[in-house]
Amino acid sequence: MIPFSIDGQPVEGKEGRNILEVALDAGIEIPHLCYHESVKPYGACRLCLVEVTRRGRSRMTTSCTYPVIEGIEVLTRTEKVLRARRMIIELILAMCPGDKLIQDMAREMGVHEVRFKKEDKDCILCGLCGRVCDEVVGANAIQFAFRGDRREMIPPFQGEAMSCIACGACVIVCPVDVIRMKEEGDERTIIRWKRTLKMKQCKICGNYFAPWFQLEKFKEQVKLPKDFFDVCYTCRT
Amino acid sequence: MKIQTKSDLEKMREKGLKSLYPGTTKISVGMATCGLSTGAGKVYEALQKEIEKAKVPMRLEKTGCIGFCQREPVVDILEPGKPRVFYQGVVPERCSELVQKWLENKVVEDLLFCKMEKEDRILEGTVKDYSIRTIPSGIDGTPSYHQVPFYSKQLKIALRNCGFINPDHLEEYIARGGYFALYKALFEMKPEEIIEGVKRSGLRGRGGAGFATGNKWESCRRAKGDRKFILCNADEGDPGAYMDRSILEGDPHSVIEGMIIGAYAIGAHEGFIYVRNEYPLAIQKLKIAILQAEEAGLLGDNILGSGFSLKINLFRGGGAFVCGESTALMASIEGKVGEPRAKHIHTTESGLWDKPSNLNNVETWNNVPMIISRGADWYSKIGTAGSKGTKVFSIVGKVKNTGLIEVPMGMTLREIVYDIGGGIPDGKKFKAVQTGGPSGGCIPESLIDLTVDFDRLTEAGSMMGSGGMIVMDESTCMVDVAKYFMNFLKSESCGKCTSCREGTKRMHEILTEITEGRGTTDHIELLKELGWVTAEASLCQLGGTAPNPVLSTIRYFREEYQEHILNKRCPAKVCRALLQYRILSDVCTRCGRCAKVCSVKAITGKKKTKKEAGEPFQIDTEKCIKCGMCFETCKFEAVEVQ
Repeated sequence: MIPFSIDGQPVEGKEGRNILEVALDAGIEIPHLCYHESVKPYGACRLCLVEVTRRGRSRMTTSCTYPVIEGIEVLTRTEKVLRARRMIIELILAMCPGDKLIQDMAREMGVHEVRFKKEDKDCILCGLCGRVCDEVVGANAIQFAFRGDRREMIPPFQGEAMSCIACGACVIVCPVDVIRMKEEGDERTIIRWKRTLKMKQCKICGNYFAPWFQLEKFKEQVKLPKDFFDVCYTCRT
Repeated sequence: MKIQTKSDLEKMREKGLKSLYPGTTKISVGMATCGLSTGAGKVYEALQKEIEKAKVPMRLEKTGCIGFCQREPVVDILEPGKPRVFYQGVVPERCSELVQKWLENKVVEDLLFCKMEKEDRILEGTVKDYSIRTIPSGIDGTPSYHQVPFYSKQLKIALRNCGFINPDHLEEYIARGGYFALYKALFEMKPEEIIEGVKRSGLRGRGGAGFATGNKWESCRRAKGDRKFILCNADEGDPGAYMDRSILEGDPHSVIEGMIIGAYAIGAHEGFIYVRNEYPLAIQKLKIAILQAEEAGLLGDNILGSGFSLKINLFRGGGAFVCGESTALMASIEGKVGEPRAKHIHTTESGLWDKPSNLNNVETWNNVPMIISRGADWYSKIGTAGSKGTKVFSIVGKVKNTGLIEVPMGMTLREIVYDIGGGIPDGKKFKAVQTGGPSGGCIPESLIDLTVDFDRLTEAGSMMGSGGMIVMDESTCMVDVAKYFMNFLKSESCGKCTSCREGTKRMHEILTEITEGRGTTDHIELLKELGWVTAEASLCQLGGTAPNPVLSTIRYFREEYQEHILNKRCPAKVCRALLQYRILSDVCTRCGRCAKVCSVKAITGKKKTKKEAGEPFQIDTEKCIKCGMCFETCKFEAVEVQ
């Protein structure tokens, strides 16, 4: 365990972990949008900024990408940090003024008005959906496209996400809840990625419980027995 | 021929000298991209025909850019016993005259640019005297190369061979001292000694940040790992900057030699040159150079029989500005999206494929053989206390002499703009100089005596960057300049960090508002706050330096911003939305030309004829689209811009 301090409080973290994880475990709140425990830290939203002092030198950096190092002093609420976070949340709010979570976060940080032209986007470009799809699911169905202010999270060539298995991991992980899924009869659709897949029926209850593609992929990845997904999760337990 | 011993290298040198100074007349044409784009290819063909016709043995050669890009195509003639002469702005039609007159021992005076009596061979520290016996007539009034203001203040270390050798001839590079530094490094120096030498020389990275090269090498040498990489950053993307391109096109072996020395010092056996795909000629020259070096045993397995091996691969970038950033560049080579990542562990320890990797810029690598050949003490005498050596700049914009220049660190901006650049054309007033590419800053006239080195430029709110230098005169609007660069950066940011992606976008948006007359008094402070966040909160140095154009123009040209915001006026008369065109009725001769060119028929009046006096013309400001055609057309200066 590596000892260091956050806001003067002594904390410990395992080697390879980052400041944000240790802070959250210790009950120290640091706002964040693009971090999720199931994927590698990315450092895109920039909200989890903190000030880190190491060997007498202090700098502002994102806590999700900073590894725990012995003896570092981390400050999570300095004037500099709060000032930067306020502008960043204002920028995100200007981009997605309709997102409920962003509105709440902005209010909490003391941002009550937006000084920029409001856009009507819904995605905050945190990249969590794409990273989960790559690192956890292994489907790589969506990715960032284009650079700079044209950046977008889309299926290849803006068409249907052909390698999407409609597992819904992106739906769950999206912090602003803009990836929606619908199920009708034996079909599941991930609306944002224009992907509709047939679902499998449970041998016991007869419900359609998951897309065929998803079950095949999972069976193959975790090397499950052939008949493992013949019954749904509810009937198995 | 495989070079295995020093005498092999000497033999190659002899061969190269014969090629450089063939004993007959040698005509060289500058065939780098700048030359080719102004028609050097046709000039070369025309000269070829003329030489065939002349039936006198003469050699025609292709060479790189000698720096004076504005005066391309440049042709130089070298004949034993005569001064070397340089012609500028040569066109195919004049080639016959050029050759014929030379055979009559005359020169074409109106194309003559300068003459050269001796040639510096700085890598060896020697001077090649042309031992002049005959002087062609008509040459007397021509200044010598070493007296022309454009060249006299320059010190060419990085550009030492550009314009003097054929980049496709390995032996010519060797003839001017090339690969002797490699021999010295491999057989007479230990890796630690090389690193110590580079450290002592004070060489700092020429790619922009100015990190001490020796220290970087040392940390990469010390890094744990059996597989290490050596990388060359040739992803030059700054608008108006082309230093690296010219070096690669005119002297590719200098970069390769530097990389081999670096690889030996660090202990790397694999290397990549990351060059942008928009540089086809540079890629071609590099391909040839790598192949030649491999065939000659200077690259590949068992270099010069020393037992040291290095493989250099060429990697073509897809044209993203951000891929010049070290981690984005490495991600791109790995086949991933070119996005920077956090560097809490340096790339010298964990870089390309998580292996220790040492990345330096083209110009940095090119300086290495100089340091090895001439010694760290020699090198460190050039420049200022904190910045050693020379720096290549591409000086462009509103300046008489545009081109590629190389000056010792510590020269003042005034010397660069006025002495080398020749000052501002058309009698206009100097306003600012923008250094360091899109993320550099604008330096105003009050700081024109600033000495140019890494630290002074940073203090002034700009940066050295890779060496772009854009000169601006009074007809440049600084708000518009900031907007231009912000437009570039908002499109070239990778878009990962909110602060950089949204920050540059919003700065551009506000600058657009200001230049279109919708600026408010809060805008300046908002720009400063956005600039602060973009710089402080973003991951890489693209975001870290992106606000420089905005912040430096606010710092030095605040009143110009205020004019736009408060009085809705653009003092430089650039921002179209703020302009108003008016015809001065007492000056108007009623010729009607303005009404004729107006595309939206906003100008009305009655033309003067023999019978009628006519009526003065008027502009309907509602209809006017401010294209400026009437202003350009009026011969009597009756159209006024406000």
